[in-house]
Amino acid sequence: MEVQTWTLLIVGITFLLYIIVAIWARAGSTKEFYVAGGGVSPLANGMATAADWMSAASYLSMAGLISFMGYGGSQYLMGWTGGYVLLALMLAPYLRKFGKFTVPDFIGERYYSSQARLVALICAIFVSFTYVVGQMKGVGVAFARFLEVPFTTGILIGIGIVFFYAVLGGMKGITYTQVAQYCVLIFAFTVPAIFISLQMVGNPIPQIGMGGTLENGTYLLEKLDQLHTDLGFAAYTSMGMNDRVNLFFITAALMFGTAGLPHVIVRFFTVPKVRDARKSAGYALLFIALLYTTAPAVAAFARTNLIQTVSDKEYAEMPAWFTKWETAELLKFEDKNGDGRIQYLADASKNELVIDRDIMVLANPEIANLPSWVIALVVAGGLAAALSTAAGLLLVIATSVSHDLLKNYLKPNISERGELIAARIAIAVAVIGAGLAGMNPPGFVAEVVALAFGLAASSFFPAIILGIFDKRMNKEGAITGMIVGILFTTFYIIYFKPQLGGPGLPENYWFGIKPEGIGTLGMFLNLIVALVVSRMTAPPPEKVQQIVEDIRIPRGAGGAVDH
Amino acid sequence: MSNKSLQLYWKKNLRYLLILLSIWFFVSYGCGILFAEYLNQFSLGGFPLGFWFAQQGSIYVFVILIFVYVYLMNQLDKEFDVNED
Repeated sequence: MEVQTWTLLIVGITFLLYIIVAIWARAGSTKEFYVAGGGVSPLANGMATAADWMSAASYLSMAGLISFMGYGGSQYLMGWTGGYVLLALMLAPYLRKFGKFTVPDFIGERYYSSQARLVALICAIFVSFTYVVGQMKGVGVAFARFLEVPFTTGILIGIGIVFFYAVLGGMKGITYTQVAQYCVLIFAFTVPAIFISLQMVGNPIPQIGMGGTLENGTYLLEKLDQLHTDLGFAAYTSMGMNDRVNLFFITAALMFGTAGLPHVIVRFFTVPKVRDARKSAGYALLFIALLYTTAPAVAAFARTNLIQTVSDKEYAEMPAWFTKWETAELLKFEDKNGDGRIQYLADASKNELVIDRDIMVLANPEIANLPSWVIALVVAGGLAAALSTAAGLLLVIATSVSHDLLKNYLKPNISERGELIAARIAIAVAVIGAGLAGMNPPGFVAEVVALAFGLAASSFFPAIILGIFDKRMNKEGAITGMIVGILFTTFYIIYFKPQLGGPGLPENYWFGIKPEGIGTLGMFLNLIVALVVSRMTAPPPEKVQQIVEDIRIPRGAGGAVDH
Repeated sequence: MSNKSLQLYWKKNLRYLLILLSIWFFVSYGCGILFAEYLNQFSLGGFPLGFWFAQQGSIYVFVILIFVYVYLMNQLDKEFDVNED
């Protein structure tokens, strides 16, 4: 069968699976809609969290980025996993004990202030919306390229699917669909990696194969370093050209950002007990680590394969995939010296081949000559990654509107049924809004994602941590801290991002920190300001100090309760 | 639960956090970034050591840290009789 037929078949089967799961797990109450009834097992929640967390970017773009960045790519690997240690140790158990539905719930109550709740609410919506637009765009691109439908139709199919199970099932439907999506995406990611690892180093485990030896006895990574230096690139495994300050700051911003993202935090409200919240974070990271330790292996294999296939070879003898990606304009060859061979070099004036980093995961099975069903599987995996993340984010937006804004702010005496209808309408509007924005994305989506992480790191993370670990923290401290953190981070990013219209030049970076890493500094600023201000103002009321005492011990965590 | 034993429970919890988070910092920011160049002189099979920590080792350690924390806290909850069943 052709790749096209396989793709239709496999994508069709997986979509059918998601729909069946969604019908089986539809939500009947607000509690089921917001936190899946608080009865999800830690293992299932771990898988759902992993699928929720791993977006189209993790799945499709990350290995490609690492492939081109070498050592520098480590910032994504450590940054997007290390945050789970913070979540498990410092946030998840306490927030589960607190037992409400959302992050603004916690901020509003711990800081006994509806302004604090509002600030948290706006951040939650902003962060989730910027994120979800990128996912919808990813869905459109994947459909467009592989089913050869127009980009717009691709997005419409995506909207239709997410709309169906998110509106019907709420958190409950989303959680169980995400379990299915995790299985699809991890299978689809590891199968080609295993094939390629066997092919190149004869070891079925890519994580080990990456450090294995090629047929002629040299280590794969040594060979890759050699290829790199021969072509004028910095050695793949050396930190050399990467600057250490930014590696440090960007890794930290991604870690603290992860631990502060509302759609991740809310997952820990769905398990029955505090103990389960801790364990669930462990499972989540384990499932994420399966992909995140495979990705660097895929990156190294793909890089080696690519260079060996194209470097200094006759252009006329290139395999079929080369021409295919050339047609899609994701590969560009220009024979500068007219010798008919491809010179792929670090020196831009002599380099003849430009490769789009995003094609690495998709093209990898073809470069390695794998059967066509494997290629189809990779597409289904990419769609699973994008859809699961989109659904999780949309739920946060809907909950923020129906629960935090409507129920706790505008119309406190709304009935359970009314709130459930409002939540469904909110999610429907959010799906369509995100789809429309994804069809016509502002060119700066990628840039805004840096802002999302920066904001989560510099606003939510310190406010929640201080709320748990510093009993003396009061609303004056927390609110001032959040505002200082948000404003500082936002202005720095906008000022230094030319794509956002900022006039700043790289040579004026503070301490040389790139905008992607500034959230780390914003977070420390928030912490310091909050601590200083809180010590100069009155301590929080007795009742609030009691809440803090209470969330520190596990016993007595009931289901997530409404107020 | 008395106030005093609550304080002791919390203090032990904080001590676990301090130890586990130091390891967290050491493997990622330490071995993976700050001393990576130095560690790259050594190798682990076909991996330069610093590179291995940055792209593999730190992630394995993160997973282990969480499960160690789960185990320690479950023991501590029982010891102080604040467990949930």
